[in-house]
Amino acid sequence: MLKRSFGKTKYIPVPHDTQPFRPSRPGQAVCPQCSSSTSEEELQQNAKVCPVCRHHFPMYAPERLDWIAQPGTFQEWDADLDSYNPLEFPGYDEKLSEAQEKTGLKEAIITGQARVQGYEVALGIMDSRFLMGSMGSVVGEKVCLAIERAMELRLPFITFAVAGGARMQEGMLSLMQMAKTSAALQRFHEQGLLYISVMTHPTVGGVPASFAGLGDIIIGEPGALIGFTGPRVIQQTLGQRLPERFQRAEFQLEHGMLDLVVDRAEMPVVIGQLLRLHLGGNHG
Amino acid sequence: MVKRQFDYEDKYENIQDKIKELVELSGSLDFDLSGEIKYLESKLQAIREIKYQNLTPWEKVLLARHAERPTTIQYIEGICDEWIELHGDRMYGDDQAVVGGIGTFNGMPVTVLGHQRGKDTNENIKRNFGMPHPEGYRKVQRLLNQAEKFGRPVLTFIDTQGAYPGAGAEERGQPLAIAQDLMLLSGLKVPIISTVIGEGGSGGALALGVCDRLIMLSNSVFSVASAETCASILTKDVNRAEDMAEALKLTAKDLKELDIIDEIVPEPVGGAHTDPGETIALVKEAIARNLYEVMENGGDLAEQRYRRLRAMGRFNTK
Repeated sequence: MLKRSFGKTKYIPVPHDTQPFRPSRPGQAVCPQCSSSTSEEELQQNAKVCPVCRHHFPMYAPERLDWIAQPGTFQEWDADLDSYNPLEFPGYDEKLSEAQEKTGLKEAIITGQARVQGYEVALGIMDSRFLMGSMGSVVGEKVCLAIERAMELRLPFITFAVAGGARMQEGMLSLMQMAKTSAALQRFHEQGLLYISVMTHPTVGGVPASFAGLGDIIIGEPGALIGFTGPRVIQQTLGQRLPERFQRAEFQLEHGMLDLVVDRAEMPVVIGQLLRLHLGGNHG
Repeated sequence: MVKRQFDYEDKYENIQDKIKELVELSGSLDFDLSGEIKYLESKLQAIREIKYQNLTPWEKVLLARHAERPTTIQYIEGICDEWIELHGDRMYGDDQAVVGGIGTFNGMPVTVLGHQRGKDTNENIKRNFGMPHPEGYRKVQRLLNQAEKFGRPVLTFIDTQGAYPGAGAEERGQPLAIAQDLMLLSGLKVPIISTVIGEGGSGGALALGVCDRLIMLSNSVFSVASAETCASILTKDVNRAEDMAEALKLTAKDLKELDIIDEIVPEPVGGAHTDPGETIALVKEAIARNLYEVMENGGDLAEQRYRRLRAMGRFNTK
């Protein structure tokens, strides 16, 4: 009894991501990091960043497009590309149609041309709701087509990546998209064109290990998980204990993998500045 | 539980021993069983051949991981007249899970690179089970740049479960190192011939597999992620790995049908490890044929390689 009262109280650390989510009232969003409540409207006005603690809520592709592109300037490319189930993988058809229904998108990336901060650019914006932003044949093809068109039009290329891993249901066809997109960028870089890669939460697996990892400038959104193998898998397979905030954008900046970590509120200005410093992104 | 080991050969050897016993026993009696024994032996041989022609994808995964299967260094030593291993990435260290160097292939200098796993526990600890860190991929970059500088064709050997999933690897930029390998390989002007000799897993394997010709041994596998990983992520049940191996289409035959690989080198009955000499000779022949063909066709290899990659993928355009 005496012994016990002198002992230190032991707390079990609960990582932010696994805190129980408090159900929000209609029209209200609760920040998973600081638990403060914000109206949906205010959140939208703040580019989906918690005004209290700067936690970045996920921003879906259509929202991000509206936020980064000047109104009325976006022309979508290759919107008709559509996935099917080439390996006849069990359950893939259902997952695809579910994702399409849920998001109103055909695939996990939107590509096209738009004006950003006064400059014409080629854009690729991924959406985490669509099979965790995994790269299958269509994502790889749309990235390649966007790079090729950017070369034709001599435009800088900007991507906002979000990816939870490979599109396993497409097997090796999915893996080869890593090689394909990297090869397209090899040619793009040879032409002296600018590629800005923004990695948002989370960007892991084949996407950062291919096109998103090959930017002239690589930017992370605050708090974004960026890496090849996610922390859960590392912990499970090796039993390694990982430091807090391991693989977060700030950690990756410290370890030399990113040029910048930029708050969403500052992102358009920083991208504008980079485009200006690259003379609009067309040097060749 | 799924089977973890390919034990067909043990069973086969068991029966063979029994037949041998029968031979001895029948010798001690006064009647002749040689006809029957011969029949048994040929029947057993036929059954074994049929078995190896009809391995399930999971059995191929197990065979591809067989501890005795020849490794990269054996192939390099077997196909090169001479070779010298070169070490280090000039930045951090020398990754033992990737080997590289210069050899002569039928008298011609070539750059050789490959994943290197061990055959026993000690060797595997040294080789990190053939799973590279970023310094391994950066060693690859260094040696590829030299191949380009000196105009040497590149031969790569793929044999890894994947890039190492550890904290140090992540701290030193695993994804970026892999991405840079992919981009560098795609732009080289020298010919690149890659051969999958065991298990090819995910981006860590592909980082040595962007090439002009991709060859696979008949029992090797190449997959977006291991069957176990896919099973645990998609079905939350590692024991579904056997079904996953089927669904992933990771065998050489499947990948030939998907136009991802160019050639399948048939292994001896029983698998590569039952006759390494024969297997390595067959691989050498296939590499030579493909390499000389690529060299004779000539032209802009980087452009042709891009066209080859560009055609990969299946989708609808409406």
